[in-house]
Amino acid sequence: MMPVWLDDFLWTYQNVVYALGINGLLALSMYVVLAVGQLSLGQAAFMGMGAYASALLTLKLHLPFAVVLPAATIPPVLFALAIGTPTLRLSGVYLAIATIGLGEVLRAVYLNVDALGGALGISGIPERAGMVSIYGLLIAALAILWLVARSGIGRAMEAMREDEIAAAVMGVNVQRYRLGALLASAVLAGAAGALSAHVSSFIGPNEYGFEPAVTILSYALLGGISSPFAPVAGAWILTLLPEALRGFADLRLVFNGLIIVVVVLFLPNGLLPLRMRRWVK
Amino acid sequence: MLAQQLINGVLLGSTYALFALGFTLMFGVLKVVNLTYGFYFSAGAFFALHMTKQWGWPIWAALPAAALASGVVAVVLDWLLLTRLRRINAPELASLMVTLGAVLALYAGMTTWLGPDIRRLPAGVLGGEALVLGDLRITEAQILILLATVILVGGLLALMRLTPIGLALRAMAEKPDAAGLMGIDTAKLAALVSLVCGGLAGAGGVLIGLNFNAIQPYMGEAMMLRGFVVIIIGGLGDVKGALIAGLLLGVVETLTAGYIDSGLKEAVAFVMLVAVLWTRPAGLFGRAHIQRA
Repeated sequence: MMPVWLDDFLWTYQNVVYALGINGLLALSMYVVLAVGQLSLGQAAFMGMGAYASALLTLKLHLPFAVVLPAATIPPVLFALAIGTPTLRLSGVYLAIATIGLGEVLRAVYLNVDALGGALGISGIPERAGMVSIYGLLIAALAILWLVARSGIGRAMEAMREDEIAAAVMGVNVQRYRLGALLASAVLAGAAGALSAHVSSFIGPNEYGFEPAVTILSYALLGGISSPFAPVAGAWILTLLPEALRGFADLRLVFNGLIIVVVVLFLPNGLLPLRMRRWVK
Repeated sequence: MLAQQLINGVLLGSTYALFALGFTLMFGVLKVVNLTYGFYFSAGAFFALHMTKQWGWPIWAALPAAALASGVVAVVLDWLLLTRLRRINAPELASLMVTLGAVLALYAGMTTWLGPDIRRLPAGVLGGEALVLGDLRITEAQILILLATVILVGGLLALMRLTPIGLALRAMAEKPDAAGLMGIDTAKLAALVSLVCGGLAGAGGVLIGLNFNAIQPYMGEAMMLRGFVVIIIGGLGDVKGALIAGLLLGVVETLTAGYIDSGLKEAVAFVMLVAVLWTRPAGLFGRAHIQRA
């Protein structure tokens, strides 16, 4: 039994607590890509695919959530393969360019396809996710990524982030690591989407476009990518700030955008020590 | 019907080409994927809206004035965001991220300030009459689009090919450091490129605003997707490629909307993007640029 105050607290702030966990997962999905020196702006789109796929699987096929959650990561993984395979061979800007429009394209698809609910979105999704599934997944992801970062894989990722040519010469299969990172990121974002759909009961076509994509980047950049815990901390700060300061909510997006500008321009060694090292030599 | 669709497509495509031209020029000379570019497009449309609505200017005066004003915005933003990164020779992803953050802040700020509603240019800014040739209808907006595109693109090509400034720009695109050593003031040229590119984007915003008669803060964002598709299909930094790819995208989009489903318009651009990345990543007319250690 939970103590009464904790019960009250969770009931009052349930949505915020859920959002913290889900945004933490999204920050991790961005971290994985940044950790190999790439930039994907498809995180929100991957999340949306996971959300839509999971909602349809639950509502139309009545599958249990334990099946829905992993299945919902399949569409984002397929899209990541289709976009990542050609672009990751090219320079870093190509993945960013190819993914930046993905959210807006899918928005148009969600709006125009009747089976996906059109402008009304999908409502009446049962509340299948909760504290256990969200935070269980977040902790599992953190643990795995922490172990990976400390392993040889993590060293290879850091090497290619610092200097991809040198890393390739040392025998790191840069291409494979990049694609692996992008797929892992699609899985995390897709799962986050499935979880969010199953705690909010409603999903709409406008929730996964350009603004959330940039917001997810601001989570990861604010925290930095020195360890997997840092982007989660960034996500929590940027999720709690608008809750704490009511008047702030209107300017939330302006602030998220400025965070990115300020961090990249002025904090090269502060919040982003690993990524920025080679810029200032 | 088909001829009409083709004309609409070419005219839509010429605005895409105009828009993408500045974008690809910015990349070619400044080596920056500048995502604030879409904002200049929105800014141009809003400047023209203000000039025609509040000040009662005719469109032929508002179009160049709005383009110039967007160009000035571009120079200021480029200076604020990118001078520092240029100085430390930051990798291209850094400038991409900075401009991405900035453009979100700009769009969101603009939406908070002006509201998200769709605005329209005042009635009578363009005559409603259309040129009718047999079955074909060409509206006055479309004629203006064609004229403006031809003048701007022609002017730009002349600037690049025939003037000393163009020579300096091409030198800078080839090798910025060497150009600097040869006495070219690269900082001043960078400002000029921003002015020209911002102006092209702003003009594109006014023209698209006229064509669809719908202006709202995020309109530049939808356009950016087209811009990306055009410059990837045409080849990053390739001016001629951007022109052809822009027309191509406009025609394919219009035909899709006309014969299949208008909802698929956005998807067309994206499918073309992915298809080109798979088959010809250097662009339809580009040659692979191989990076060697």
